[in-house]
Amino acid sequence: MTVPVLEGYHGKVLQRLRKSKAKVGSIIRLTSKSGEVFEGTLIPRSEYSDHTHIVLKMKNGYNIGISLDRTEKLEVIGEGEKPHFTKPAPPPSHVGLPKLAIVSTGGTIASRVDYRTGAVQPALTAADLASVVPELSSIAEIDAHILFSEYSENIGPTHWKGMAEEAAKRIADGADGVVISHGTDTLHYTAAALSFALANLPVPVLLVGAQRSSDRPSSDAASNLTGAVALASRADLAIVGVAMHQDLSDHIIVAHRGTRVRKCHTSRRDAFKSINSNPLASYDLKTGHIELTNGTAKRDKSRKPVLKSRFDQHAYLIKFYPGMNPGIIDSAVSAGARGIVLEGTGLGHVSGHLFDSVKKALKQEVSVFMTSQTIWGRVDMNVYNTGRDLLNLGVTPLEDMIAETAIVKLMWVAAQTRSAGKIREMMLQPIAGEITSRTLVEAF
Amino acid sequence: MNSEALDVALTVSMLLHAKPMDEVHVMRKVVIDGSNTTGFQRTAVVALNGSITVDGVEVPIEQVTLEEDSGRKTGDTKTSIIFRLDRLGVPLIEVSTGPIIHDPEQAGKVAFAIGRILRATKKVKRGLGSIRQDLNVSIKNGALIEVKGVQELELVSKAVGYEVQRQLALLEIRDELRQRNVKASDIKEEFVDVTDILSGSESKIVQSALNQGGVAFAVKLPSFKGLLRRELIPNVRLGTEMAKRAVFWGRVGGIFHSDELPAYEIDSNQLEEVAKKLGCEDLDGFVVVADSLDNSKDGLRAVVERAREAVERIPEETRAANPDGTTVYLRPRPGAARMYPETDVPPVQIGQYRLERLWENLPRMPEELAKELGTKHSLSPKLATQLVDSDYLHVFEQIVAGAKQVAPSFVATILTESLRSLQREQVPVENVQEDQLKQAFDLVSKGATAKESVLDVLKWLAFHPDGVAEEAVDMLNLRMLTKSDLENIISKVVESNQTLVQENGSKALGRIMNLVMGEVRGRADPRQVTELLRTRLEQVKA
Repeated sequence: MTVPVLEGYHGKVLQRLRKSKAKVGSIIRLTSKSGEVFEGTLIPRSEYSDHTHIVLKMKNGYNIGISLDRTEKLEVIGEGEKPHFTKPAPPPSHVGLPKLAIVSTGGTIASRVDYRTGAVQPALTAADLASVVPELSSIAEIDAHILFSEYSENIGPTHWKGMAEEAAKRIADGADGVVISHGTDTLHYTAAALSFALANLPVPVLLVGAQRSSDRPSSDAASNLTGAVALASRADLAIVGVAMHQDLSDHIIVAHRGTRVRKCHTSRRDAFKSINSNPLASYDLKTGHIELTNGTAKRDKSRKPVLKSRFDQHAYLIKFYPGMNPGIIDSAVSAGARGIVLEGTGLGHVSGHLFDSVKKALKQEVSVFMTSQTIWGRVDMNVYNTGRDLLNLGVTPLEDMIAETAIVKLMWVAAQTRSAGKIREMMLQPIAGEITSRTLVEAF
Repeated sequence: MNSEALDVALTVSMLLHAKPMDEVHVMRKVVIDGSNTTGFQRTAVVALNGSITVDGVEVPIEQVTLEEDSGRKTGDTKTSIIFRLDRLGVPLIEVSTGPIIHDPEQAGKVAFAIGRILRATKKVKRGLGSIRQDLNVSIKNGALIEVKGVQELELVSKAVGYEVQRQLALLEIRDELRQRNVKASDIKEEFVDVTDILSGSESKIVQSALNQGGVAFAVKLPSFKGLLRRELIPNVRLGTEMAKRAVFWGRVGGIFHSDELPAYEIDSNQLEEVAKKLGCEDLDGFVVVADSLDNSKDGLRAVVERAREAVERIPEETRAANPDGTTVYLRPRPGAARMYPETDVPPVQIGQYRLERLWENLPRMPEELAKELGTKHSLSPKLATQLVDSDYLHVFEQIVAGAKQVAPSFVATILTESLRSLQREQVPVENVQEDQLKQAFDLVSKGATAKESVLDVLKWLAFHPDGVAEEAVDMLNLRMLTKSDLENIISKVVESNQTLVQENGSKALGRIMNLVMGEVRGRADPRQVTELLRTRLEQVKA
């Protein structure tokens, strides 16, 4: 990433800086109208800042902002040291290490800070990665590359398709595991999508993210990546999963099943939780010990992945809330919905004043599914009248499937069949561990 | 950024005649000792280039920053540090003076003057640890040393004095090493395994290291004999400095150096064998470390580095102050490279309007405040100044507003001189809360207890921080007696001294009065006692 000569400056300030031949990184002396003198390195300005201030980094490291209106004289008194980064030599290839593919899709899972300007620069090649997370080269032989670079909130079905295809390709090329770095906000939707799109996996595909970007000493980027690489290349698994911190300490990285995981906190490093299930495996960052905690498909490189990566976006996730306007359901139907996942209350309820809209939807062959907004637990619509009424209308309860997985699955199922009956049937059929008939008490 | 905190920092800047920045940029200062859970401390320059006059000398104020306070270390083990997080994130104002303070005493005075300005805002927390002084000390040919965590003002001059002494002693050692013809390059990172020699030692440190699969390694320090035990400041020797470095870099528990051996269950035979194995000659010293292989080597590497520095220069360090003013090595002095922008907090522009508002509301300075207080409450200038400089100005105003029957000068005296003398008697007066102070004076004002009892009440509260003043009065039996109680007591005394009364008549008043007062002192107004007694004696006569 190159920094433009006067990044972030515009308007009057930009003109003044240009006139003085100043560049980001130049050493500048400003003399104010009252005779004060400020010296420092010219620093880029952030994109939404005004155009009346100049930012200098003083010798002691502090940045200060000085108003152009107050500036009498602006001189360039020296050129700062150009920021440079010498890429380290590629890590020595250890013979016999598992081959691992890292696919980057965005987020700052690995980056380094330019201490002169404070800009964060992504480290994306294998060599870059090795320089910021040197531990990796002793775990696996890594082949890293960028698929795209998106904030996770911008990621959707097209990206899921791209990721599934890329993972399948890497596996076909002989990878012993695939790690996909991804922004955390929608990481669990992608995990669910890939779980459905990639069947019959011979090796694990683990998604990984960082709750704290790597420009912060509290970053979990390096430790999550290390854990993901270790688990993907060595753990005896063959599923799509999410590898993140188990708790607040940099100690254990756990792999959650892709269809059973959810981001449950805005900022904690252990934001990702297995819902209605337990994590599949854990990696001890101190000892390197891997522990499998649940029976699941074992790796078997003779298997060939089956790719089904189409998703139909005519699927809706609607969260019920008291006072909800039933028109929301009607609009989904008239927008061409082929299925609706309701996130109901408790055991799976919505208010009686929605019944008419639900009835209308079902009448038009739009399947309506029920999940619970309590996040944990299983829906049971036979307990209360409202539930029985909804069942009677034809709403399909989705057992212990979480709402986010349900909507992704609905998109996936809808891409495979036109029949409402078939959609209902497939939604209830376990495909990637997303739905089970038994939920253990420890899974909360 | 908390707007009130920024206002306080700007106010302090104005009182220090520093120029506020047009735009305040928050930086992250990397702090990886664990005291900040984020791994960085957020800090921002609020103003530059101020000055204050202390004892007629102008002291430049280079910089005023607004920071977030870090967690407070409350303990440590070999592998972990324990922090309390209750202080983390609390706004902290840092005032940096220019390097112009020439002697330790002046340092103390400047710190006091800055403290007064901070307190004038009435927005800064008071009490031990809330105002801390970081001292930068350098002497000719010495190094810039940052001393952190000086909590008491009285300690500033002491800490500076010790630091000067430490640097002078290090310079002496350097000269002596040079006379012994040692060069930094003579001190080699050649670590020798002495596990065999020391495995027979009963030293607990060695044994515990070896039991955990560790080793004992040693390094020769050519021509260092006698210098390792040279005391720089009380309880800090050159060997101590090396040990702290080894602890920091090598995570080891400590080191053994040849000047302190034989000791610690390492006998002279073992000492000699180690020296022999290292090829030590007469003037050579050595250091031994027992720990895991990695830690031992890292520890010895740090020792070698410190030894080389001893020959060359005084190293720049951040040191921590002990309660006695001496210091210990804390960490290397960080540079500007540890600062980078805090991207989560947008820069804050300080508008003209804000500055004008703060300017119009600048708090009065202590001198002014003392003058005004003196006039308003008829306090002597000395008492008023003491009050302004004390922790109790705020509560004083509340007390005199409530306890109308108590003279303000009495309240002021109790809050300054009397409490200080209690403190000198080791009474923990800092335990007494503002509410409790108010209660005590209210009781006096209401006539529930005598004003002479206030100090006893406060003393009791100092030892019973959860108690209330009423309780103290009862526990100490200091409640004012009612009129009927008094009459009863007087009757009893008069009756049991019948002869005295009959023989002397009204002349007995003085002596009976003494007897009564002996029983009711502190619980009755002597004037009332005299009156009641006189009436009673007249009744007896009649």
